[in-house]
Amino acid sequence: MTAPAILPERGLADRLTALFWRKPNLLLILLIAPPLIWLGVIYLGSLAALLLQSFYSIDEFSGVVKEEFTLKTYAELLRPSNFDIILRTLVMSLAVTLACAVIAFPIAYYAARFARGRWKAVFYLGILLPLWSSYLVKVYAWKMILSKEGIISWAADATHTGFILNGVLALPVIGGNSLSTSYLGTFMVFVYVWLPYMILPMQAALERVPTTMLEASADLGATRAQTFRTVILPLALPGIIAGSIFTFSLTMGDYIIPRIIGTSARSIGMAVSEFQGTAGNLPLAAAFAVVPIVIMLIYLALAKRAGAFDAL
Amino acid sequence: MHSERASLGLRIAAIGGLLFLHLPILLIFVYAFTTEQRGYTFPPPGLTTQWFAVAWNREDIWPPFWLSLKVASIATVIAIILGTLVAAAMARTRFFGREQISLLIILPIALPGIITGMSLRSAFAIMDVPFSLWTIILGHATFCIVIVYNNAVARFRRLSGGILEASADLGANSFQTFRYVLLPNLGSALLAGGMLAFALSFDEVIVTTFTAGSGVDAKTLPIWMLDELIRPRQLPVTNVVAIVVFAATFVPILLAYYLTRGGSETAGGGK
Repeated sequence: MTAPAILPERGLADRLTALFWRKPNLLLILLIAPPLIWLGVIYLGSLAALLLQSFYSIDEFSGVVKEEFTLKTYAELLRPSNFDIILRTLVMSLAVTLACAVIAFPIAYYAARFARGRWKAVFYLGILLPLWSSYLVKVYAWKMILSKEGIISWAADATHTGFILNGVLALPVIGGNSLSTSYLGTFMVFVYVWLPYMILPMQAALERVPTTMLEASADLGATRAQTFRTVILPLALPGIIAGSIFTFSLTMGDYIIPRIIGTSARSIGMAVSEFQGTAGNLPLAAAFAVVPIVIMLIYLALAKRAGAFDAL
Repeated sequence: MHSERASLGLRIAAIGGLLFLHLPILLIFVYAFTTEQRGYTFPPPGLTTQWFAVAWNREDIWPPFWLSLKVASIATVIAIILGTLVAAAMARTRFFGREQISLLIILPIALPGIITGMSLRSAFAIMDVPFSLWTIILGHATFCIVIVYNNAVARFRRLSGGILEASADLGANSFQTFRYVLLPNLGSALLAGGMLAFALSFDEVIVTTFTAGSGVDAKTLPIWMLDELIRPRQLPVTNVVAIVVFAATFVPILLAYYLTRGGSETAGGGK
């Protein structure tokens, strides 16, 4: 036979293929350039604009932004009234994340390990549909649920357990006039709204736990609790951390839930929204916005070390 | 042998959690039929179906609906293209700066939406960019990329490199390999990622409040709902809109589930 071992090139597409084969980095650059330009220029550029703004200050008399470098605005964050906002938001984010992890685990574990066939479908859709349905509608649904004449009060009356509800509402700090005007109400809505974000990465991590490992653990004499603590939990941890990135960050930045449900005490998100809006203090709003950035960067660095991004 | 049946406690917690996720949504349906316009008395004092007609004829609902649809569709297309590109680059190769890029992709969703919104708004202000449909899309596409990326990169990793080499050995060029080998294998992952991106964009309200102008024509459906929440007019009409949104998302996700079910089942069962 005299036919060549290498097929002849049939046009531009083939020539490009040969070029990509000889220079794989060229293909890489072509692939990554458009998304990198988008994220690098638009996103990082905007973040830089935000950062720049936070180092400006506002003239107290004229209310005009002074475009000179100063740390005055950051110093204002440490004022008790502003620092309280930051602490309050952090405590709330932490509480919401922990509650989400606890409630999500059985759902994710059951869906990953035991749900089969029809139940697998039920769980899959059962987690994704609440994730899909409108955020505002969910908040709105909870406004109905938590309101004084709403379904919780009705259920408490119907079962003669109103004293429990009143007892909870009488608690200092987390209680209040009604559930819809208390921290407890805000907390419940946060947990509800962000729960699917915790379940999904958790379930993904749990699905990758090989059954053979659980069998090996049982063969070696571990009880269910020991298997859970020493095998399942460490392997699920990247998923839990990945989920917590969402719950923590979403709670920290939200300004709609605390505005609609809860006490009128401000969160970081509400502070940003108000200072840039009605108050017109862009530098302080920007400085407030930098706080969650710093916190999330620390959080992400820790999460990365725990290998959480593979589970995202 | 590890027990193949879940304990009773686990089953109760799992099903209880699932009910916790769904019962509140059910309430939205109930209150769409109530006769009460300004409160949430439970049980509803009376039932009526008039709100569906009222909502249909309310002229302030349709423009936000179309705007949201447009924004979500365009943002999803952009996110699918950019997300797939970056996933293709990240899945197979190790290169300098790879870690930093993975952080950059995750950042828009890892940082609270208010930061993305606030940053974009200050950038638009500095560069004198007027608010438009495209400023909304810009923000949405930025945080949608990661959603598509996550789905695509997982599929790329699972894909055996052998099939790409086989395709090349059989004489296909890069574009033919993409069209006939890569795309059919990626399809369901991209569909799933695209749908999640669409959902995220369709529901987004926090970033949108910063990147949309204040005009009536810049109102997406979530912003319309937020207005209704703060200044309620006819509460059941909001519920009707919520049901429409719910139904409009229910069908695609159900379809996508049945489309991708075969693939994920075999992939999971093979382990």
